Amino acid sequence: MSLALPRAALPAVTAPAPAWRKRRRVLPGFGPTMGFTLFYLSLIVLIPLAAVFIKSAGNGAEAFWLAATAPRVVASYRLSFGAALLAASINLVFGLILAWSLVRYEFLGRKLVDALIDLPFALPTAVAGIVLTALYAPNGWIGQRLVAYDIRIAFTPWGILIALIFIGLPFIVRTVQPVLEDLETEVEEAAASLGAHRWQTFRLVVLPTLAPALLTGFALAFARAVGEYGSVIFIAGNLPMVSEITPLMIISKLEQYDYVGATAIATVMLVFSFVLLLAINGLQAWASRRNGQEGRR
Amino acid sequence: MAGTITALHAGRSDPRRHPANPATREAPWVRRTLLALGLSFFGLFLILPLLAVFTEALGKGLEVYFAALLEADAISAVALTLTAAVIAVPVNLVFGVSAAWAIAKHDFRGKQLLITLIDLPFSVSPVVAGLIYVLLFGAQGWFGPWLQAHDVRIVFAVPGIVLATVFVTFPFVARELIPLMQAQGRDEEEAATVLGASGWQTFWRVTLPNVRWGLLYGVILCNARAMGEFGAVSVVSGHIRGLTNTLPLHVEILYNEYQFAAAFAVASLLALLALVTLVLKQFVEWRAARSVKEVQ
Repeated sequence: MSLALPRAALPAVTAPAPAWRKRRRVLPGFGPTMGFTLFYLSLIVLIPLAAVFIKSAGNGAEAFWLAATAPRVVASYRLSFGAALLAASINLVFGLILAWSLVRYEFLGRKLVDALIDLPFALPTAVAGIVLTALYAPNGWIGQRLVAYDIRIAFTPWGILIALIFIGLPFIVRTVQPVLEDLETEVEEAAASLGAHRWQTFRLVVLPTLAPALLTGFALAFARAVGEYGSVIFIAGNLPMVSEITPLMIISKLEQYDYVGATAIATVMLVFSFVLLLAINGLQAWASRRNGQEGRR
Repeated sequence: MAGTITALHAGRSDPRRHPANPATREAPWVRRTLLALGLSFFGLFLILPLLAVFTEALGKGLEVYFAALLEADAISAVALTLTAAVIAVPVNLVFGVSAAWAIAKHDFRGKQLLITLIDLPFSVSPVVAGLIYVLLFGAQGWFGPWLQAHDVRIVFAVPGIVLATVFVTFPFVARELIPLMQAQGRDEEEAATVLGASGWQTFWRVTLPNVRWGLLYGVILCNARAMGEFGAVSVVSGHIRGLTNTLPLHVEILYNEYQFAAAFAVASLLALLALVTLVLKQFVEWRAARSVKEVQ
């Protein structure tokens, strides 16, 4: 749609604009919408988040260090980050296989699978938590079959891994899928005609194109898994030093009215989320440059 | 932008777009192995839990099932969950539209930073999201003494639950609309303005019809999260039965009291909500794809 009217005709309609608005601000409503956006963002998100850092600073460096590096808390970092990394890695492999199958293969129920991939986004985490526990508990459908081999999943760190795999899967599938859809098969044909093996074509041509999307999905799944609470606490067993995740440490500090401790751990988690958010933004900028297009929505 | 995966994407996967060129296809055994691996993983991690919710819920019979749903505490939990969603979704809808108008239809410095800040709630742990309101409004918080002096309760009361819900659902509508409105450009709105339409007229008659499916998509996702949020709400709730208990919290209480059949009955209600959400989502994607085709 082209705008046939000369731009010079526009200012005549309105009063002379102040100098800073001269950059052809044609559409009205910037002031009120921007004002409301900043006001609401500050009120709901920025000021409350700043409260964590200000409180944390007010408690003093020593109190912060003592609370943030207590052995039980350090054990929870190791568990939360370790399980989140492992879950995101497993999802990376199976998420790629699923995305590939959905885009490239015709099979019965493909549309249903495509729709249900988002289930972990839509299913409340508490529901996921209790149902996974019921399945993997020693008397559950899956748990009782594993007990025979002396494998226990629920109420051990392995249960946490299962829950984190559940909530992380759609992140990988949904970031990789659109890139795969846009992939032109001509490049693969060219590789094949130059004598590349199918596996070589995948490894040397397809995989590098998918790399930014895969990494973004991995980072998103990882970030979500580190902060996850609802689906994990039921299946974790929550034994000190063994199966306590970091968000649970914040809850237990709060229950003991230890606000200094809770704030210190929350500060560590927030700093980590900010770093990861920056990394994800960087990855997506890389992805859109790599694909030579405006970043997909 | 973090959390891109929630974005409405109308170009659906369609294997038929890939012609049967042997050069770009895997050997049949590879294809079968990949499909088997992917689908087993999908069945084990997604389908089995979904089925288990309903079998566990109905395991003790329909009588127990409906008794759990019609119990007074369950009904007040439904009411509170609806209240939180009815407040959080419209507030974040107004915010989303306003932010998208400012960001997508105007130029200013620091735009990318603003978009990143809007995404922040997605990358914050739900537990931290609850904690920030305890630090502000709790008995020991910044505004705690003032609130106590004026006999206003926010934390461990309904306002806290609403606030926590608003926080975790904050970005949904905005992040759906911003990229969509950016992609559509400004030509149509500028034409309307030049032809004499007021800002409101331009928005209602030009912008809104163009983004209606994206808007609906954002609202559906926002609502699902608002009704299902657990971590953030759990921190600020105080778990007072009949007063500050939402549906997900009610599930937790029943489960911890070993009332498994009742816990799964209430959980099945939330699972149904999830399924309805997925169906609506599918419908909106289908309609959006159709309207894209019509334009072409």
